[in-house]
Amino acid sequence: MAEPHVSAVFQYSGNTAELKLVGDLQISTVPKLWNSTLLELNLRNPIRLVIDASQLESCDASGIALLQQWKLLQENKEAEFMLRGLKEEFTYLYDLSTSVQIREKWEEKSFFSELIDKPTAEIGKKFVDSVSNTHSFIAFIGELTYAIGHSILNPRSVRWKDAFSSAEKTGVNAWIIIALIGFLLGLIMSFQSAIPMRKFGAEIFVANLVGLSLFRELGPLMTAFILAGRSGSAYAAELGTMKVSEEVDALTTMGLSPVQFLVIPRIIASTLMTPLLTMVFNLLGLVGGALVLISFGYPLVTFTNQIVSAVSAIDLIGGLVKSVVFGLVVGSIGCYEGLRTTTGAGAVGESTTKAVVGGIIYVAVLDGVFSVAYFYLGI
Amino acid sequence: MKKNKSQEKIQESNHSEFGEPIIQVRNLTSGYGNVVIMDNISFDVRKGEIFGILGGSGSGKSTILKNLIGLNPPLAGKIFIDNENLWEANPKERLKILNKFGVMYQQSALFGSMTLIENVRLPLEEFTKLPLDAMNTIARMKLKMVGLDNFADHMPSELSGGMKKRAAIARAMAMDPGILFLDEPSAGLDPITSVELDHLIIRLSRSLGVTFVIVTHELASIFTIADRVIVLDKETKGIIADGSPEDLKDHSNIDFVVRFFNRIPTEKNELDKKSKKSRMGAK
Repeated sequence: MAEPHVSAVFQYSGNTAELKLVGDLQISTVPKLWNSTLLELNLRNPIRLVIDASQLESCDASGIALLQQWKLLQENKEAEFMLRGLKEEFTYLYDLSTSVQIREKWEEKSFFSELIDKPTAEIGKKFVDSVSNTHSFIAFIGELTYAIGHSILNPRSVRWKDAFSSAEKTGVNAWIIIALIGFLLGLIMSFQSAIPMRKFGAEIFVANLVGLSLFRELGPLMTAFILAGRSGSAYAAELGTMKVSEEVDALTTMGLSPVQFLVIPRIIASTLMTPLLTMVFNLLGLVGGALVLISFGYPLVTFTNQIVSAVSAIDLIGGLVKSVVFGLVVGSIGCYEGLRTTTGAGAVGESTTKAVVGGIIYVAVLDGVFSVAYFYLGI
Repeated sequence: MKKNKSQEKIQESNHSEFGEPIIQVRNLTSGYGNVVIMDNISFDVRKGEIFGILGGSGSGKSTILKNLIGLNPPLAGKIFIDNENLWEANPKERLKILNKFGVMYQQSALFGSMTLIENVRLPLEEFTKLPLDAMNTIARMKLKMVGLDNFADHMPSELSGGMKKRAAIARAMAMDPGILFLDEPSAGLDPITSVELDHLIIRLSRSLGVTFVIVTHELASIFTIADRVIVLDKETKGIIADGSPEDLKDHSNIDFVVRFFNRIPTEKNELDKKSKKSRMGAK
């Protein structure tokens, strides 16, 4: 089969240009004609353009688009356009394209409209969205509080099987990554601080630094961040997929509350597992710190004694209380974003991203609140 | 000629073989936010009837279904299920009303983390105090009813589309409801599976006296199973026809209804006539 080809030759007589088309005006031949013909028409500005299409053997939608583009160019210059000899089999597409009306390319947008209207509309839209989001978040907190109260008063209403299954995924399956990051953090932190402290002969106080920072701050915070990325996103994806596949609607029409049925087991899992994982993180962080001090020639017992003297039970409990709240927040945000999933291919991915980002932000803000509260409480 | 649809009188159904109205919709205005999709419509569904809600795309079938099954509140109007007002009931009464019907969703909506028997058993676990053995027996019975008793321990992901739909019917039937709402039951099924599903619906309706409300635009299915249908029209935002599908197909004097049941496109213009030649020319 021969390759499609087209030839387009301009002939001028006075202010009239005649463009003779021969061959195939197709998707493979149109691109090379597009810019060159438009450029020539812009340069020569004919008052009358006559297209002779009588020798066109084939013409597809891209060919018709080019014809329309020439026509539009002439119309915008208030010049004449004439199409001659277009075979009947191509007129369907040509008539169709005429009814479509290509206009937007020639519309000039005002500078002020671009500068002011668009950002103003964006700000307005964001404001309305944030009010709506706040409204639905408050409603979710209300529903969640009711469901937690109901679950405490009626423990049998909780789907414990789902809660334990979720706890296994959130806790047991996550301990390796938590342990690894805890160990590395303890190791790096103590190594980086031991070198400058050694100049003053104070490297033994690395144990105080590692112990206090892990138990009070880094343990709960880092564990919550990892869980936000791992479990919060998983909750959002699970619930989001259920929402998209109408499973959440099915629960509602069965008379079951999605919050009680789906959210409570996951929140129980994340709230219980976060402090346990925090302890794993702390313990492995201490192991990392101990390893550095042992390599510096200190016996393990010295490191242990230093930790015991520096870190009190209050520090441990304070950190664990934080981690319980962080677990509750990470689980809630994950489930909330999952249940808010809309329809469409990207909706679940969007919910997952929101769950991770939201989880990290809320945990960071709450950590600040805890720091201030602990300061005033003398903890 | 197209008639002024708003002036058409909605036909009164006269199906003496069916019982009293089990669903009554009164002056229902349906939509989202400020958008009204159906305005001030009323209809009844009688006990034991297989009732179809038909209409073109975007006519509001699914929106009305969501109002009927308690998912989205209507903008105005009342819905009575077995003489109880669905949207004005307190939570306790509402739960009772919800247990009077089951819903089969377009995508089946089986819980992916549960086996078939666990899916069917779920409503029994949540709303009855039956021992586990009894619940298992009931669940297996419902699965047998839809021909899936051999798949009780399979996960939904292991089933074909038609099997999922049948399993969804079994779950919807778990509490022996008097009404089943089916959302596009034939959508995405091959013709044979679709006919099998139609036969299942007829069998359940005739043997158990269950009332079916079916939202669909599958005409073949509607002609096979529906006793009565209403046709929604998005231009007038109302019901433009009410009757048996055969009657409406052959005797309706409403332009849209005739075209809908006889599959006649809206416009046949000159462009369509030329399209064949053009396609040939492009090659």
